[in-house]
Amino acid sequence: MGHRGNICVWLLGSVLLICIVLSVKGEAARQESHPMSSSNQTKQEHSSSITGLSIVTFKWHHVETPYLILVWILVAFLCKMVIEANHHVTTYIPESALLICCGFILGGMVWGADMAQTFKLQPTVFFYFLLPQIILDAGYSMPNKLFFTNLGAILIHAIIGTCWNAASLGLSLWGCQIGGAMGDLDIGLLQYLLFGSLIAAVDPVAVLAVFEQVHVNEVLFIWVFGESLLNDGVTVVLFNVFDAFVSLGGPAINAAEIVKGIVSFFVVAFGGSLVGLAFGILISLLTRCTKKVQIIEPGFIFVLGYLSYLTGEMLSLSAILAITFCGVSCQKYINANMDEDSVKTVKYAMKVFANGSETMIFVFLGISAIDKTIWVWNTGFILLTLFFILVYRFIGVFFLTWILNQTRLAPVELIDQVIMSYGGLRGAVAYGLAVLLDENKIKEKNLMVGTTLIVVYFTVILQGITMKPLVTWLKVKRAEQSELTLLEKVQNKAFNHILVAIEDISGQIGHNYFRDKWSNFEERWMSRFLLKPSVRKNQDQIFNVFQQLNLKDAISYVTEGERRGSLEFIRNEHAFVDFKKKFGDDFSEVMPYIMANMPDNYGTMPADMRRDPVPTVSLEMHEQTMKGTRENEDIDAHHLLEQHLYKSRKQHRHRYSRSHFDVNQDENEVQEIFQRTMRNRLESFKSAKMGVAPPKTITKHKKEQQQKMPNGKSSDKAKSYHSGDEDFEFSEGDSASGYDPHYGSAPTRVTYRPGAGIENPVFMPDIDPAAPTQIPPWLVEAELDSNTVAPSQRAQVRLPWTPSNLRRLAPLRISANSTDSFVMADVPTTEQRDDDQLPPPPPSPPNRDDSHL
Amino acid sequence: MGASQTRTEHQYQSLADKTGFSLEQIKNLHQRFQHLSGNEEKISRENLDSIPALANNPIKKQIIEAFFDKRNQHQEEVGFFEEIGFEQFLMVMSHFRPPTLKMTEEEKQAMRKEKLRFLFNMHDTDNDGTITLDEYRKVVEELLSKSGAIDQEAAKAIADAAMLEVASTNVPHMGPDDFYEGITFEHFEQILKGLEMESRMHIRFLGVDTTTMRCGKSTS
Repeated sequence: MGHRGNICVWLLGSVLLICIVLSVKGEAARQESHPMSSSNQTKQEHSSSITGLSIVTFKWHHVETPYLILVWILVAFLCKMVIEANHHVTTYIPESALLICCGFILGGMVWGADMAQTFKLQPTVFFYFLLPQIILDAGYSMPNKLFFTNLGAILIHAIIGTCWNAASLGLSLWGCQIGGAMGDLDIGLLQYLLFGSLIAAVDPVAVLAVFEQVHVNEVLFIWVFGESLLNDGVTVVLFNVFDAFVSLGGPAINAAEIVKGIVSFFVVAFGGSLVGLAFGILISLLTRCTKKVQIIEPGFIFVLGYLSYLTGEMLSLSAILAITFCGVSCQKYINANMDEDSVKTVKYAMKVFANGSETMIFVFLGISAIDKTIWVWNTGFILLTLFFILVYRFIGVFFLTWILNQTRLAPVELIDQVIMSYGGLRGAVAYGLAVLLDENKIKEKNLMVGTTLIVVYFTVILQGITMKPLVTWLKVKRAEQSELTLLEKVQNKAFNHILVAIEDISGQIGHNYFRDKWSNFEERWMSRFLLKPSVRKNQDQIFNVFQQLNLKDAISYVTEGERRGSLEFIRNEHAFVDFKKKFGDDFSEVMPYIMANMPDNYGTMPADMRRDPVPTVSLEMHEQTMKGTRENEDIDAHHLLEQHLYKSRKQHRHRYSRSHFDVNQDENEVQEIFQRTMRNRLESFKSAKMGVAPPKTITKHKKEQQQKMPNGKSSDKAKSYHSGDEDFEFSEGDSASGYDPHYGSAPTRVTYRPGAGIENPVFMPDIDPAAPTQIPPWLVEAELDSNTVAPSQRAQVRLPWTPSNLRRLAPLRISANSTDSFVMADVPTTEQRDDDQLPPPPPSPPNRDDSHL
Repeated sequence: MGASQTRTEHQYQSLADKTGFSLEQIKNLHQRFQHLSGNEEKISRENLDSIPALANNPIKKQIIEAFFDKRNQHQEEVGFFEEIGFEQFLMVMSHFRPPTLKMTEEEKQAMRKEKLRFLFNMHDTDNDGTITLDEYRKVVEELLSKSGAIDQEAAKAIADAAMLEVASTNVPHMGPDDFYEGITFEHFEQILKGLEMESRMHIRFLGVDTTTMRCGKSTS
């Protein structure tokens, strides 16, 4: 901890240093640039006075603007880094509050250096460059189902709640002014309403920042979050309408204007959503055909998303709604259409942008505070605003939730309502709108801006800090972080169908009816147009979960294997037992010869053991070999893997390409690797055959057994092969080539779980009969390798009365009997499961056998 | 006429007591019933089969079977009806009643169990108390048959995977020679704990209004 503290101090120091340098630099630049820009003459003189070539020139003003921007961004990021490094602080105080405090410090430094606030969060910067990505990210990662099932409640809160907040705040403040609570202020009713409307909206950025750390239950979260996103439309309309009213002046407002205002609300909100929808569809369509330009695929999403925002803004519609719905509508289709890497890129880049600008927004909000000019203090106004905001938020939420609870089956509880009201954080949107106010029309603009800032600080910092303790104290239902099991998914689906059917039978038209109609429509039309045909299958949720499960299994299998040491794992008893059950039948079908040896090897069946207590020579011998070389096994295995998974070669093949990531697709290389492997195999085979002589019969036995496998497989696949010893490696090659493409086919779940040891013979028919027999080439070689390495050891071990030999006779010592056939059976599965997650090994030409000859 | 009026009303009242529906709902459902049966006393599989809205439902068959399943009638009988009357119809429908706000925790549990039992029965076609792999596979296959994109093999694999999941969550330490026969009701309950069955498995019957619902409940 002390060490970490040191780091933090150091970081803080570096930030300070940067800031100081920055502010000094900025100041210098200002002093430098001002005279220059003001009078061109001096500049000209300046430049003409240079004689001769200077090698290095200091051209600050060339880069000033972008340079300053980037340094500011860097500083904001560094702030975040420092904050996140102090983990014990962030558990109590939300990050957003800390960032604002950082902003205070930075702003103080700028102030100290310049004696004036030279840096402020400009509304244009905020609305055009900082806000869109946050909203796009929110829309893109929106839990759609949750959002749409709660849409009614969200809309009610967003529309009515916001209107209520704005109207009540404006009217109350006005009343208080008339009552004389705020002294002498030059603010009319309309201006109060304008102020109310800009500060009414709950801010998505602030809400997300706080609620993400609190983990409340999902209904509560979606209500607050959805409201904060959708109420923007309302805010923008209210703001515009009242802004227009203020300019018109009180007397000019008549019924027609008010009606226009109401109409404009619908136009703005729905228009914005429609623009977003249109862009979402456009993105989905585009990603259908971006296969060839995979690298810039993610770029489309960002560009078009931003365009939707700008289009909304251009048409004076709600830009936030536009970009929200753009994200919401396209997420499903683009995630399916795009390459997996691209999806990852989009997700990641989206987070980078969103998180980055969120950081900047909060830091800049803090910086903006340190400005003498905006602070017009009016205690009454400020305190009353804070008070009314809090109180009316509570009233509004309670009232609306009460109405909604009348029809809800699972009512939103009182505690949830408290949190919801308390979570009404105001943020940068309000500040941006306040700064946008026209000073000529509204005399007290500075007071409003200042009050807005105070409200923002109050809600984000104080409410943000107290939110977590409050949630814990009130025992708000937290989000459950459980993944649905596959059965649940299946059940869910069945369930939806049942509900629809019952509605149909009973002649009711309800939620389920509409949901069903929508999903039918979606499947029939939307998916057809917006999805690539190849990915439609993956759209099914159940299928998705299924695949994820497969993947998880594969991963856990591999990690488990790694944990225990690669080969130790296969000796695991569960795995051991599993093979007998699972592969036994398959083996017996394809490889009767091996199966004949199996029961005693797989000593789990005592009956079998007793029936055939004397093992066949070959297997016993091999087992002992394995024992003798056990220490080396790991090394061997690693060696083998390294040699044959071709990974090492990849490293030498870095090629620069702007449009492709993947290396090692070269046909020649694959060919070469193949030949190299084949040569190796041939050599080891030869040495096994002709090297130091192990007892002849045994080797042969061994070999035949090996041979049987590929043979069994080849015949299984109806491929032609020549029998006989000489063809040994060909049939191997056959198995190698047959091995790869098979895994591209429909995924069959291997019913095997590491450690779980579930035995269900019923599953066995499901295992692809070909699978267990697909012995990867390196495995075969492993067998051969052990044969070649072994002889001397074997000669030692093969004394008739070795302890292991004795042990062999004890029928129940199962674990000692981990043997070759068992290894043989296991490794294919490992490989197969690997294949689920790893890209398949490089494809090989079908006529491999001939080509290498 | 008046006499028959009171008679039906009397009938409705007893049905309401039995099923928990309100009179209003029963009246609505009765109309629907008569519409489906063509003004007959009894309804047959064909009647339900010919509902056009059901045509797209992949598990239509199971759902219709559920209506004729004697197990769903809260009597200790097993087997299937050929035809069902309005009372049986209502009984099946009553599984889909929404929970009311006033329900106690135990009542909710009971309702949940009842709903789960209905689902379980739908899967357990041979009524042996377990959903075997074969039974489950059949359901999954049919469930996924309409989606088109997933072939039968995949559906089978999914069923297997789900089954294995149940096995591994319920019997975490299986002996090597153990054999997981199928999902028992207890396991079924355990697995679906996450789905808030009592509040999710419901449809809104017309004429539902919380006050009458409560009345219906309190009288029963």
